[in-house]
Amino acid sequence: MSTPATAPALRKTALNAVHRQLGAKMVDFGGWDMPVEYSGLIAEHMAVRTDVGLFDVSHMGDIQLRGPESLDAVQHICMNDAAKLHEGQAQYSAMLYPQGTFVDDVIVHKLSDNDYLIVINAGTREKDFNWIRTNARNFHCHVSDYSDLYTQLAIQGPKAAETLQKLTNVDLSTIKFYWFKWGTVCGLHNTLIARTGYTGEDGFEIYIPSDEATSKRVWEEVLEAGREFGIVPCGLGARNTLRLESALSLYGHEISETINVFEAGLDRFCKIEKGPFIGSEALQQVQAAGGPSRKLVGLEMVDRGIARDGYGVFNPDGTQIGSVASGSPAPFLKKNIALGFVPREYTSLDNEVFVQVRNTMVRAKVVPIPFYRRPKKQS
Amino acid sequence: MAYPANYRYTREHEWIEVNGKTGKVGITDYAQNSLGDIVFVESPKVGAAVKKGEIFGSVESVKAVSDLYSPVTGTVTEVNEELASSPEKINTSAHEAWIMKVEINDPAEVDSLMSAADYEKFIAEETGH
Repeated sequence: MSTPATAPALRKTALNAVHRQLGAKMVDFGGWDMPVEYSGLIAEHMAVRTDVGLFDVSHMGDIQLRGPESLDAVQHICMNDAAKLHEGQAQYSAMLYPQGTFVDDVIVHKLSDNDYLIVINAGTREKDFNWIRTNARNFHCHVSDYSDLYTQLAIQGPKAAETLQKLTNVDLSTIKFYWFKWGTVCGLHNTLIARTGYTGEDGFEIYIPSDEATSKRVWEEVLEAGREFGIVPCGLGARNTLRLESALSLYGHEISETINVFEAGLDRFCKIEKGPFIGSEALQQVQAAGGPSRKLVGLEMVDRGIARDGYGVFNPDGTQIGSVASGSPAPFLKKNIALGFVPREYTSLDNEVFVQVRNTMVRAKVVPIPFYRRPKKQS
Repeated sequence: MAYPANYRYTREHEWIEVNGKTGKVGITDYAQNSLGDIVFVESPKVGAAVKKGEIFGSVESVKAVSDLYSPVTGTVTEVNEELASSPEKINTSAHEAWIMKVEINDPAEVDSLMSAADYEKFIAEETGH
């Protein structure tokens, strides 16, 4: 056993003291002092799959583009087609470098015709804001960083709607997946309620004022509302295993400045046909050259052993062909799974590969992703 | 969580309970708590030679893998088979869920390990409290 040293001067969300009171284990996540787990990672993961969990995701950033050319700016900076968005609708998208690799993945919300909200990752906040500001320069729009104004809470799981419904006047059944509305939540007017998340479950993300008293009050009211459903506070540990089971990308793992859109398998969110945007030219060249040489695949360990981030992937001859982007035991599926990059000739389903787990070659096979897909709603 | 006074402890967070010539080895409550939910224990083989301060196996939680360092030099006489199917026993009772039994070559080695009081001081320093 060995334990890492702690780094100084971490940023804190408004709920930091609440997490500590709850006995959360805290970690440095991209420069933020964040809860990794409270009652235990597996219990938290299972609560979200079967009932409901509450996450503090205030470390995420919120960038607003406002002005007559805000749509043009978003179209230039983001790869998905924001022109398709209706007011009140959100879309998964990404910002690319000119070479077609990732600045970050984002969620674009259309607040109104001249007003877009881009939600970005914590570890890349400053880089993203500077990227947006620089690249929106030639458009008639104003870019604002509202990240510190909001506490962002994610209420996730099959009982998320029933939990949040107790606290709002908005009929949540009228908000479709990846849409949002404004309403009163816990007495707070004009609260953004989005049916989004990063767990592979149904759920909501709400944006409330970031003062400590309000943040704490809403956090506690959500826990109280969800108590009858067995709600638990969830940390970044469960957030990671939940997103991995659902094969959702994490910056620095499945997407990065050295991984392009085709390699990451995110082509369906990339609309080259919408017209030129940053990165589109390079991607057209990749396409013209016959596509990427490597691709992200799902791996399931066949023999005993757990693949971890960065482990090597080998072919049966013992030649290294790629590496693991994210690997972990999957608490709900009760399998050891991984996402990894391998050459295209190894991407067919059931293809046998090996992951080097420290000194041992452990057999794995290529499986479809997402590993987990939530059951369709009955009603 | 109390650290049994009759155990000895390593700086890598293993404990050993010595009984005559053999010692039972496990990881401390502090260790299991920092690892989180344990899902896999890689034990040594019975008959294997282990050396003080060297790796004899590993424990894996959902989040991380951590090497196990032998507190003493000796020969593995038994491994706890129960942990293969129930690795979470280490989370629920770290100081009972032993991982291996070792026949100790040199009993004097045990004396160089930390007492419970020293170990508690050690982890208090490590966590900065």
